[in-house]
Amino acid sequence: MTAATDTAPRLGTEELIELYSSMRLIREFDTRIVELFERKLIRGSAHPYVGMEAIAVGICAALGDADYITSTHRGHGHCLARGLDPERMMAEILGRESGYCRGKGGSMHITAMEHGMLGADAIVGGSHGLSVGAAYGARLLGRESVVACFFGDGAANEGSFHEACNLAAVLDAPVIFVCENNQWALSTPTHSSMRIEDVADRAISYGFPGVAVDGNDVLAVKAVADEAVARARRGEGPTLIEAKSYRMTPHSAFATGETSTAAELEEWKARDPLGRLAEQLVAREVDAAVLERIDAAVAERIDGAVQGAIDAPPPPPEQAIEDVFAPAAWLRPGRLA
Amino acid sequence: MSEQREITMAEALNEALHEEMAADGSVFMIGEDIGRTGGLFNVSAGLLDRFGAQRVIDSPISEAAISGAGVGASLVGCRPVVELQHFDFVTLAMDQIVNHAAKWRYMSGGRVHVPLVVRGPIANGVGLAAQHSQSLEAWFVHTPGLVVLMPSTPADAKGLLKSAIRDDNPVVMLEKRLLYTRPGPIPEGDHTVPIGVADVKREGGDVTVVATAYGVGMALQAARGLSERGIELEVIDPRSLKPLDLDAILRSLEKTGRLVVLSEGPRTGGFAGEVIARVSDEAFDLLKAPPQRVAALDTPIPYAAKLERAVLPDLNDLLDAIGKVTGEAVRSGS
Repeated sequence: MTAATDTAPRLGTEELIELYSSMRLIREFDTRIVELFERKLIRGSAHPYVGMEAIAVGICAALGDADYITSTHRGHGHCLARGLDPERMMAEILGRESGYCRGKGGSMHITAMEHGMLGADAIVGGSHGLSVGAAYGARLLGRESVVACFFGDGAANEGSFHEACNLAAVLDAPVIFVCENNQWALSTPTHSSMRIEDVADRAISYGFPGVAVDGNDVLAVKAVADEAVARARRGEGPTLIEAKSYRMTPHSAFATGETSTAAELEEWKARDPLGRLAEQLVAREVDAAVLERIDAAVAERIDGAVQGAIDAPPPPPEQAIEDVFAPAAWLRPGRLA
Repeated sequence: MSEQREITMAEALNEALHEEMAADGSVFMIGEDIGRTGGLFNVSAGLLDRFGAQRVIDSPISEAAISGAGVGASLVGCRPVVELQHFDFVTLAMDQIVNHAAKWRYMSGGRVHVPLVVRGPIANGVGLAAQHSQSLEAWFVHTPGLVVLMPSTPADAKGLLKSAIRDDNPVVMLEKRLLYTRPGPIPEGDHTVPIGVADVKREGGDVTVVATAYGVGMALQAARGLSERGIELEVIDPRSLKPLDLDAILRSLEKTGRLVVLSEGPRTGGFAGEVIARVSDEAFDLLKAPPQRVAALDTPIPYAAKLERAVLPDLNDLLDAIGKVTGEAVRSGS
């Protein structure tokens, strides 16, 4: 196993432990999600973030409270890295009234404005323009906010990506495009979907920096994110970060067909972002027992989240017609058309 | 009543934008060629000089990105107005309008709202052919979560746009290009028109004609001709297609019992059919004759003038429909 490069000596051991806890929380949460789907407690599907935890945690560690993120169908990791409550997330994913979206969004649409979480978007490539607008709009209103827009390698092939990158460039919008290259679409490998090695190379055609980074190295991700955030706050516009990683689970809880080879999976498991950070912590003379205690506490927290969600009531059917429209002078209860 | 000022619909929309941008610093406009030129139809004239390039953005030709940017900006507290240079280009922005603007509030369980306006012209009737002439209002009426507006007069255009900008919901406003240059009276002051309230443009006791945008003028023209022959049309302009003021239509039908709906979109799956279905659901007993749709043929809009006229509904089509619900031939000279 290759230990991650400790390029951030300014980060104290306590901060590293926080990053570890956050990554462990995501790993545990999404591992449990697959089990719950198999137990038929989750409808539709769910897309585990297992193996990619360092990206969300590294990027979000560079953001402040007034910043925003947008997310994808594979979005639980982004939510947890942004500080959302696992129990309310679990309640949403189990379709409970106490969930973040009152059971209307499910796994793919968790939104929490109080955490700067503008929403998860299950249209691949759907949130690029939205992120540019949020970044531009916040600046227009006099705020210093930056928007981190998470998307996958597949979304980099959507036309919306090109339009949004170009618009962000001409507006100098404070947005960070975070491409999570996990090597695979549902069954199509990234290398057969593009003829370039690095998605980051595309940035040059829009006139802003593009940087490829080891997405399984949380400190490396945080370092490039720090720079991108600083640049955006200075009013110098967007950055494209390509974080190279790997989803260590099938595409989704529903689409479980294995597409990668066992050798490929083993190769990436050797670069497991959690394992690498654990090695670094041990190198800093953190007792392995400390990490074991964190793992146990995280597991217990997720146990509680799962049980809390299971025990929570589902929304009554009459709520189906609520939340279609925002309050307005013309709106009457039940008026939909 | 004191004599009112008259302005065109384009001027009326322009006044609405000037007034709302002056009143609320969170309102901004983004679109293609809206700043330096004041827009292809002068709807945004003078805004760039007055409010600056930060709030009046001449965008790249990127309908998906600018409409997406509108959604995103609305989520953080802005009230963006996105202009589509021709409404047909909305196809490039549909994902942002249908999958994002319309759904973001619902998917979030009411945790956000999307105070966005997307507006632009329907340029049929002028020879711009199939990709610049479509009346696509039915698509948006069919999408839960959107407000859909279509003005027929300068006063309604101004008042509806002001209400749209102030509303916390995503609004799609479709404007008929041929009406942009047509003058009409405009009230002074902070003139708004409530969303979801129809306007009876002419009272009459024999036939209810529900018409939108350009169709309203056509219906009023038919009404003037038929009045001489003793048939009185009541002309109702919903102004707001969604939410629809069905009560206003039903009140009229209580008097007339006869319904004709005129809409310039293609007949099949169109707004006219929807109005008739709603009336049939709620008040079939009121109808003394089968209600009639007047709409475009189910073809793309052709270029040549005679072909385009053959496809779009005209006065004779409307008179034929009125003849069917009254049981007498009303088309003059035919």
